[in-house]
Amino acid sequence: MKRIALLGMPNTGKSTLFNRISGASARVGNWPGITVDLLSAKILLGGHIVELIDLPGIYDLHGFSEDEQVVRHFLTHNPVDLLVVLLNSTQIDRQLSLLLQLKKLGFPIVLALNMADEAKRAGITINTESLSTALALPVIQISAKYGDGLPKVLQAATEIINQQQAKTNPQSIALLLQEENEIEHEMQALVQRHVQIPATLNDDTTDKIDKLLLHKWLGLPLFFGAMFILFQLIFTVGAPIQEGLAWILDLFRAQLLDPLFAGTPHWLSGLMLDGIYNGVATVAAFVPIIILFFLVMSMVEDSGYLSRAAFLMDAIMAKMGLDGRSFVMMLMGFGCNVPAIMGTRIMRSRAIRLLTMLVIPLSLCSARLQVFIFIIAALFAPKHAALALFALYVMSFFTMFLTAVLFQNQYKNTEPFILELPPYRFPTFRQIVLRGSHEVKHFLNRASKFIILGVMLVWFLSNFPSTAAPASLDTYAGKIGLFFAPLLDPIGINHELAIALIFGFVAKEIVVGALAVIYGLQGDALMAQMASQIDWVQAMSFMLFTLIYTPCLSTIATIRNESKSTAFMWLSIAWSLALAWIVSFVFYQSARYLGF
Amino acid sequence: MQFLSQLKAGQRAIISAIEADEFLFHRLSALGFRVGRPLSIMRQANFGGPIQVRLGTTDVILRASEAQRIHINAI
Ligand SMILES: Nc1nc2c(ncn2[C@@H]2O[C@H](COP(=O)(O)OP(=O)(O)OP(=O)(O)O)[C@@H](O)[C@H]2O)c(=O)[nH]1
Ligand SMILES: [Mg+2]
Repeated sequence: MKRIALLGMPNTGKSTLFNRISGASARVGNWPGITVDLLSAKILLGGHIVELIDLPGIYDLHGFSEDEQVVRHFLTHNPVDLLVVLLNSTQIDRQLSLLLQLKKLGFPIVLALNMADEAKRAGITINTESLSTALALPVIQISAKYGDGLPKVLQAATEIINQQQAKTNPQSIALLLQEENEIEHEMQALVQRHVQIPATLNDDTTDKIDKLLLHKWLGLPLFFGAMFILFQLIFTVGAPIQEGLAWILDLFRAQLLDPLFAGTPHWLSGLMLDGIYNGVATVAAFVPIIILFFLVMSMVEDSGYLSRAAFLMDAIMAKMGLDGRSFVMMLMGFGCNVPAIMGTRIMRSRAIRLLTMLVIPLSLCSARLQVFIFIIAALFAPKHAALALFALYVMSFFTMFLTAVLFQNQYKNTEPFILELPPYRFPTFRQIVLRGSHEVKHFLNRASKFIILGVMLVWFLSNFPSTAAPASLDTYAGKIGLFFAPLLDPIGINHELAIALIFGFVAKEIVVGALAVIYGLQGDALMAQMASQIDWVQAMSFMLFTLIYTPCLSTIATIRNESKSTAFMWLSIAWSLALAWIVSFVFYQSARYLGF
Repeated sequence: MQFLSQLKAGQRAIISAIEADEFLFHRLSALGFRVGRPLSIMRQANFGGPIQVRLGTTDVILRASEAQRIHINAI
């Protein structure tokens, strides 16, 4: 099979082009280092099935951060038929160096000058024809985001892979990589002859916005203010939708499923309705909030603001042994910890990578957000709800910072901090929809794997042995709860909640599902029941514990893979469990002592 | 001789030398830091944070410790 790879510096739009050509939904964002692993898709090109590969961005062929090594390894171990090299047209004056390096290695290349739209706005003109002659390869200006120039790239690619027989030889590439020099002059000459860049760029929108957002004194307050407003927005818009959906799903059961299962054996209707349906429906009611959350998240990621957050926070992060990029990973962790942990591949020093990986699991991810919204809605008055959620976000930051401060001496590093500041961009409707649907698929995937199995198990544990009254202390769940009582009583977590916590270890989505199963209720009835059994202090303690202890099995597996150290994985688990217990203990006991 | 780290916001300069280990040198050069190229300082973050430098059409942020490796002639 023919193989085409997309290559270029970070943040030049490779994944955007990959999605355009293959119809895939690779993650896109205005941050150098969104893609950190190979992605491939099969496409039909000129009558052949061709494998198209999206690579992480590389600055040059000498990079040794993990994401860059992925690319080196790929090029030196896999024959390719064609490289489509993407450069950002507005930065062609420096990015040409990568193309020249690749050309020296003898790759067949089609050069795609992306972001033609931005270059045009900035007043940069590139003579693609003369440049193409000078470089002796096809040069095409495109705009991957809007789809301009795509057919031309595909046509040029087809021509090359059709006429040429031999693939590149990875061994000789590996050899050539060791020697290579003198690109400087060639690049300058090319830019001088074929590119016109105005002395000051025509488009200064980004500069104007930065004057405000990167302001010496206003920058940080604006950042935290904007975050607060965004989370409030998700909460105020999302919570009623979630409640409405829960109500509908409840109605669906009462009107349709209950009569349908009326004639079946007791255990079957119990398993199907009280177990699976209640559990899954309670979790499913959160899908709109999750979509909403990721829509906001994708807009933030695509805006280019993340790099600004790194700029604003770097000095503070440096005091904790981290840097501005670590802070961006923490923010990405608010969506899901797994890609955030993988995102640390852009860091070269192992020490700072590990330290960042140790703090990311404390970042309040969207799965934990579900648990909190659910419990807060059940146990807090509406006027306190927003405040309770905000407190949890503050706590999330606090535990991350605390962890970094405590461990920074174990993970001392001298990692240089250099980062591009891309212009502000706004995602297209298409990009937003793509991202939203991707997250829904991801959620449904997890749901079908973990949640159904999890809630079935919880149902079994809290309903058997069959002699015991459901959810009583005589059930298996009750016995497990009793077993952990010496540990969990001091932090106010009763035996019903205990079993939910244990399953939350697998995935936080199970926690809400498990609560529904344990109490055998759903929707408003479930919330009312919980409110009658625990008070807000217990609920807060439960949420603090849920926030801090290990987020989920996938996160643990990712930590293991990325750190390549089982010991480090255990350290992460042990530390988060210990910290969770201590924080909950301090909170619960002092709240009780103060008479709450 | 001056270092990039000594410049103030709004100043312009030309890079005269880069003293860095191999990794940093390559990364700097890929981001546009090459001898002979002009640059200007856009701003510095508070509390001794990173500086924002503009080279041609690229904006880069870097810490003072990295800026110290870059020699410049102010213009
Ligand atoms: N204006 C404009 N923006 C674009 C274009 N192509 C991509 N972008 C934006 O550029 C940013 C980076 O796009 P990605 O596709 O994630 O870039 P990448 O090269 O895969 O980045 P890494 O995976 O981090 O190396 C995103 O904000 C895109 O929306 C384009 O043609 N015009
Ligand atoms: Mg990408």
